[in-house]
Amino acid sequence: MTGLDWKPENLGVDGRVLSVVTAPAGVLSAVGAEVDPTDPEIVQLAADLVATMRVSPGCVGLAAPQIGVGAQVFSVDVTQHPKTATTHGTFVLCNAKVVEASRWRPGREGCMSVPDLTGDVKRAGRVVVEAVLPGTGEPVTVITDAFEARALQHEIDHCAGKLFLDRVAGAHAIYQRRVYL
Amino acid sequence: MDELAITVIGPDRTGIVADVAEALSGVGANLSDSTMTRLRGHFAMTLICSGPTGEAVRKALAPITDVLSTVRTVRPESDGAAGGEPYLVSVHGADRLGIVAAVTRVVAAAGGNITDLTTRLTGPLYVLIAEVDLPPAVAADLGVRLAAAADELGVDVTLRRAESEIL
Repeated sequence: MTGLDWKPENLGVDGRVLSVVTAPAGVLSAVGAEVDPTDPEIVQLAADLVATMRVSPGCVGLAAPQIGVGAQVFSVDVTQHPKTATTHGTFVLCNAKVVEASRWRPGREGCMSVPDLTGDVKRAGRVVVEAVLPGTGEPVTVITDAFEARALQHEIDHCAGKLFLDRVAGAHAIYQRRVYL
Repeated sequence: MDELAITVIGPDRTGIVADVAEALSGVGANLSDSTMTRLRGHFAMTLICSGPTGEAVRKALAPITDVLSTVRTVRPESDGAAGGEPYLVSVHGADRLGIVAAVTRVVAAAGGNITDLTTRLTGPLYVLIAEVDLPPAVAADLGVRLAAAADELGVDVTLRRAESEIL
């Protein structure tokens, strides 16, 4: 499966580059609200997520709580990442849920909202995600694997008020991050 | 402001961490980084904290009679601590004298800075896992030297990049 037949330009609004919220911050720990994907504010939010993601070096995904909005909306673009297998290009999903997950694998991950730490987190290497697209509200099913699957789970966690710190494999599984992109 | 480096070790028991942490918070000691783990039935805590004087902390810990503690004043870490490329070293094999000494000497000779290290002895099996920050472009050569050292020790070693994905 390639592409969702969706482009950020479909949103019809210019995204604003916003600053990224870092922990500790209440918005990162709160469960995001389900959204109406056709609401103009949500369409703007979707555009803002893409714009902010694009100017952040190495950023492969950004969730609404990371720009201070407690909503279930996130953007993903893993097309340039070496660990990507399947990719659906640049996209924004609303109200996304993981409905199937398999091939669980450990991996070390970090987050723009927790800039100084990384942690070992088990994620599914294959997922099926159901969501709706911003703007049209069209329901979509995203079946993906490898790095895009990890990114989706990380962003869906953000929308549920969870950080990778809530999923680290053990007391000795967080690390000081000294190498920045 | 100066910080306090504190070590506490004692026979493991339920509540040992709570007792120590409560004593520290009772004198206004703010815990920053710490590592606490059980080592063959002893519980060992190494902590950095700030706030009170060393003397106040010594007094606060004194009533906990089943632990041995030390308190000393240290200078805070300077900003921009040395970076490097993160790698993991795993060593395992039959226990013998000098595994840690030999392996860490090889790492140090390559300019590698160990940031975390754990060893476990279970039955005849000895295991060492270390997190190492390496200067650029030394990993391949270090891998060869570690293999040679491991060969001499009769243990197995792997050096691999601790890859992390920023999402």
